[in-house]
Amino acid sequence: MLTNITHSQVYVLDQDEALDFYVGKLGLEVNTDADLGFMRWLTVNVPGHPEHQLLLEKPGPPAHDDATAEQVRELVTKGAMGMAGIFTVDDIHKTYEELVAKGVEFTEEPTERFYGTDCGLRDPFGNALRIGQPKEGPIEVPDSSQAGEWS
Amino acid sequence: MSRAVEDRNRHMLRVRDAMDRDYAKPLDIPTLARIGYVSEAHFIRTFRATFGETPHRYLQRRRVERAMFLLRETDRSVSEICLDVGFTSLGTFSRTFTEVVGEPPTTYRWRAADLRAVPACFAKAWTRPSSFGEARGLSVD
Repeated sequence: MLTNITHSQVYVLDQDEALDFYVGKLGLEVNTDADLGFMRWLTVNVPGHPEHQLLLEKPGPPAHDDATAEQVRELVTKGAMGMAGIFTVDDIHKTYEELVAKGVEFTEEPTERFYGTDCGLRDPFGNALRIGQPKEGPIEVPDSSQAGEWS
Repeated sequence: MSRAVEDRNRHMLRVRDAMDRDYAKPLDIPTLARIGYVSEAHFIRTFRATFGETPHRYLQRRRVERAMFLLRETDRSVSEICLDVGFTSLGTFSRTFTEVVGEPPTTYRWRAADLRAVPACFAKAWTRPSSFGEARGLSVD
């Protein structure tokens, strides 16, 4: 039986720039930053939660041929690589204000939804992220006719 | 691909995010081109090369999708909804909506309301597209 998710991965175009953002702005901490020779193994985690690491991986040779690496970079910058992660906070409005002050690019302001209040942002490369404050108590899922409310 | 293309993609993504967020505001080409760090003359072509459709079409689809939601979930009039989602002319709104959705706003609302009147489990079962082609479901999506 699987017991946990320990790592997830996001493609970044520059690992130093990724550190500036994920650690310097979002406030994650470096878990591992190791030069393995063939790659720089760079992971971050939410402070106090090393059990789930986010691998900040740079596409390129020899893992990818040049043309493939270019395609990956193109998809990242078009925002087509999907959601890099969803984070939770205790006070979404406070966090939002702090991150706006740091120049973080938000795609959506904190918005109240049936599951809580959340907002959308992008990392410097184009990857989507969300930050939310889950609702306390039981969550009532609206029927499917209200799906449009989510977007 | 050069760094220039990546920067251009990233700028066009920023324009698309702006349309997703500010669809209700009057977004004209100069405004969007400015967000995208590209000249007005090149903007439409650049956006299309990046995302496969013109910015105008993308914005129309975003506005129509919001209009569908408001038609389904609110009692606001079609004229109010037209303005709510950023259209300025009722004629353009109705024509665009019909073109994108396949039926006019009032018809769409009627069908969606009809659907809401029955318990969700029935709507779910009876609006499911048929695999046999003998019935057209009342799709609200």
